[in-house]
Amino acid sequence: MTLREILTSLGGELLTPGMNLDIECSKLFASDLMSDVLAFMEPGSVLMTGLVNSHVVRTSYLVNAKAIIIVQGKRPDVKVVDEARENKLPIISTGFSMFEACSRISQSFPEVKR
Amino acid sequence: MTEEIVFEQQFPVKGGDFSHAGQVSCKIKNLLLELGMGTEIVLRAAIVSYEAEMNVIMFAWQGNLELSVTPHRIRIVVNDSGPGIEDIDLAMKEGYSTATPEMRELGFGAGMGLPNIKKNADEFRIISEAGRGTRLEMTILTDGQRL
Repeated sequence: MTLREILTSLGGELLTPGMNLDIECSKLFASDLMSDVLAFMEPGSVLMTGLVNSHVVRTSYLVNAKAIIIVQGKRPDVKVVDEARENKLPIISTGFSMFEACSRISQSFPEVKR
Repeated sequence: MTEEIVFEQQFPVKGGDFSHAGQVSCKIKNLLLELGMGTEIVLRAAIVSYEAEMNVIMFAWQGNLELSVTPHRIRIVVNDSGPGIEDIDLAMKEGYSTATPEMRELGFGAGMGLPNIKKNADEFRIISEAGRGTRLEMTILTDGQRL
């Protein structure tokens, strides 16, 4: 599964245009708790969250996340997006809920490790 | 035996400063990558640093994070002035937290910080005095991997 396929499957919008979407993503971690991301997420995962603060970007950078998916159609502030871009972290926003987004990825890409 | 220090830097951390939370740890991660440390070692150091930095921001008034790198270890020592930890055994339990609802809204305060430091550091020591502050000493062995 590539980030481009995730973007299509979620009908999402790439908030960091120009970033490479053809990166392979085989692990997904969904959580609003950055504490859990730090404690349990496998490095190289894509993080799905409903939070839009700068801590999401910093946490993702520190634990080597490949990308961030933001659910419920939320959009982070420009400075949060800029920080993601500086750290080469793509951000995708989708209108789906976390449950629906996970469900779609799970159905479309059963090989994804969660 | 005292090892030669190849890199050393201090970083102030201000209690309650949520808007800058994590920036010190991002700097530390970048510095360690520049020093040529491997990905797995840097990941562990970044997690340890971030958890300790967040603890100062969430619970203390002010603190200082000291990073030192020797040929065989990364050492991160965090001293803070703050309320301290009354019961360290309790604080080490996964899920135990005294975080406020505001901290939880930001995604922190799940009671995983200190146990996660213990998991990622090769050596971990806490010294705390109620009403005065806390000192965290963390070491990650690098097996000579550097530069």
